[in-house]
Amino acid sequence: MKNSSLEASQKRMTILTYVVLIAAALIMVFPFIWMILTSFKTVAESNATPPVIFPSAFRWENFKEAITSLPFIKLYINTALMILFRVICAVAFSSMAGYAFAMLNFRGKKLLFGIVLVQMSLPSQIFIIPQYQMVAKMGMANTIFALVFPGIVSAFGVFFLRQTYMGIPKEIGEAAYLDGCNQWQTFYKVMFPLTGTSVAALTIFTAVFAYSDLMWPLVVNSDLNMMTLSSGLATLRGQFSTNFPVLMAGSLLAMLPMVILYLIFQRQFIEGIASTGGK
Amino acid sequence: MNNKLSPAARREENWGWIMVAPTILGLVILNLWPFVQTIYTAFCEHLGFGHYQFVGLANFTRMFQNAEFWKATWNTILFCILTVPMGLFLSLLVAMLLNAKIKFKGGFRTIFFLPLVCAPAAVTMVWRFIFNGEYGILNQIFGTHIGWITDPKFVMVSCAIVAIWSNIGYDAVLLLAGLQNIPKTLYEANSIDGAGKVKQFFTITLPMVSPTLFVVMIMRLMSAVKVYDLIYMMVEDTNPAVTSVQSLMYLFYRSSFVAGERGYGSAIVIWTVLLIGLVTVIQFYGQKKWVNYDV
Repeated sequence: MKNSSLEASQKRMTILTYVVLIAAALIMVFPFIWMILTSFKTVAESNATPPVIFPSAFRWENFKEAITSLPFIKLYINTALMILFRVICAVAFSSMAGYAFAMLNFRGKKLLFGIVLVQMSLPSQIFIIPQYQMVAKMGMANTIFALVFPGIVSAFGVFFLRQTYMGIPKEIGEAAYLDGCNQWQTFYKVMFPLTGTSVAALTIFTAVFAYSDLMWPLVVNSDLNMMTLSSGLATLRGQFSTNFPVLMAGSLLAMLPMVILYLIFQRQFIEGIASTGGK
Repeated sequence: MNNKLSPAARREENWGWIMVAPTILGLVILNLWPFVQTIYTAFCEHLGFGHYQFVGLANFTRMFQNAEFWKATWNTILFCILTVPMGLFLSLLVAMLLNAKIKFKGGFRTIFFLPLVCAPAAVTMVWRFIFNGEYGILNQIFGTHIGWITDPKFVMVSCAIVAIWSNIGYDAVLLLAGLQNIPKTLYEANSIDGAGKVKQFFTITLPMVSPTLFVVMIMRLMSAVKVYDLIYMMVEDTNPAVTSVQSLMYLFYRSSFVAGERGYGSAIVIWTVLLIGLVTVIQFYGQKKWVNYDV
C-alpha cells in the first residue's frame, strides 16, 4: 500500500518535471522561432494587430535586402579571420606558457605568473583606450590586425592550460627527456598532443568570445567593410529601426554559422565552455 | 648564481624563459602598460589626437558631482540585484530538473545553452521586437500598451529579463555538474528516514551544491558589473529611456568614444574596477561564511 502511493507520487513528480522543463524550453526557443517566422514576413504582417503568426509566403527578399544593406560576405570573412588568428595565437602562446609555468623551473616564474593573474582579474575595458590609441598610432585602424590585436595573448588561456599541464604526470616528460628529446621536443611532440580536450575547449571559448564581442570592434573598425558580424548588426539596427523582418533576417544570417557549428559539436561546445567556467 | 646551476637546469631555465616570452611580452604591451596609462589618463584631459594635459583630480570631482554618473552606478547595482538572484534561482531549478531521471536530457541542455553561442547583438534584435511598444508580441499577448524599452519604469526590467534568459543555460550546466557530484548515498540514507523532498533540498542539496552556487554567483556578479553589450543593443543612445538603464560601461563607452573624453572615461572605468574589487571582497569573506566545504 505504502509502496504504491510512493510510486504514484514519484510518477506525478516525473510528469511535473517534464511539464516544467518543456514549458521552460518553449520560453527559451520562442525568441528564435519568432525571429525565423518574422524574417519571412512583410512589414505589414510583422506589424499587424492581432499578430500574424505565420508569414503568408517565404519572403526571401528580406534576406536580400539585409545583404545589400550590409556587406555580409565581408563581415563573415572579417569575423572568421579574427576568430582564426585569435585562436591560433591563444592556443600557440598559451600552450607554450602554460607548459613552462606548469613543468619547468626558471627564475622569475612566480612574478611572471603574477602578471598573468593580474590581467585575468581586470576587466578588458580598462585596457581599451590605450589599446585603441596604439592601433591608431600604428595606422592600423580598420584592419583585420586591429580586430585581432587585444586577443594576441590570452592570460586566461595560459591559466587554463597551465591547469591542464599540471594534471599530466611529470614522469611522462622525464621519460621523453631521457629518450633524448630537448625541452621543446618534449613539449611539442609528447606533452602538447595530450592536451587535446583542453585545447578544443580553449578554441571554442576564444571563438565564441571573439564572435560576441561588441565594444572593441565598434571602437576600432568604423569602416562598414571591416566590421564584424556583431558590430555590423549594431549598424543595421540604426538603419532599419522599425523594419523588423529585415532586422530579423540580418540577425539570422549573423547567427547561422555559429549555431550550425554548435548543433554539430554540441557536446564539445557545452562541456568546453563549461570547463572554462568562471571567466 | 647562474654558475651554480647544472647545465641541464640552465637549459631548462632558458627554455622556460623562451616559452613564456611571447605571452609576457604581449601582456606587458597589451595589458600592463595600458593599465598604467589608463590610471594616468584618469588624471588628464584629452586635448584630441592623443594629446593629454594633467588636470589632477578634476575628472573625479566632476564625476562625483555628475547625476548621470551616479544614476549609471545605481543602474549597474540595480542590474546586479535584478539579474543575479533571480538568474541563480532559475538556473538551479533548471539544473535540478535536468538532474532528475528524464529522457531527452541532452536535447533540453542543447536548447537552454543555445543563447550562449548567439552574439548578444543578434539575439537582442528579436527581443527589441518582442518588447516593442507598438508592434511587440508581448503587449499583444497581454493586451497591454507598455513601452517595454522606451518607458523609464520598465526598460531595466526588460533588459534584466533578456540577461537572465541569455545566461540560464550556462549557469544551469555549471550547477548541474555540481549536483552530479553529490554522492547518491546521501539521498538514499535520507529517504529511509522519510524526509520530504523540500526538507531534502534544504538539508542535502543546497549545502552540497553551495560551493558551485557561490562560484556561479561571483561570476555572474563580475559580469553584471561590467554589462555593456546587451544594454547597448537593447537601448540605443538616442532612446530617451537610456539614462534609466545606462550602465557604467555604457557611460564609459559614450564618454570615451562618442564624446571623446578619454580622461573622464578612464575615471569611470577605474571606479568600475573598484566596484569589482568589492565583489572580490565579498568573494573572499563569503567563501568562509556561506560555503559549506566540509561535508
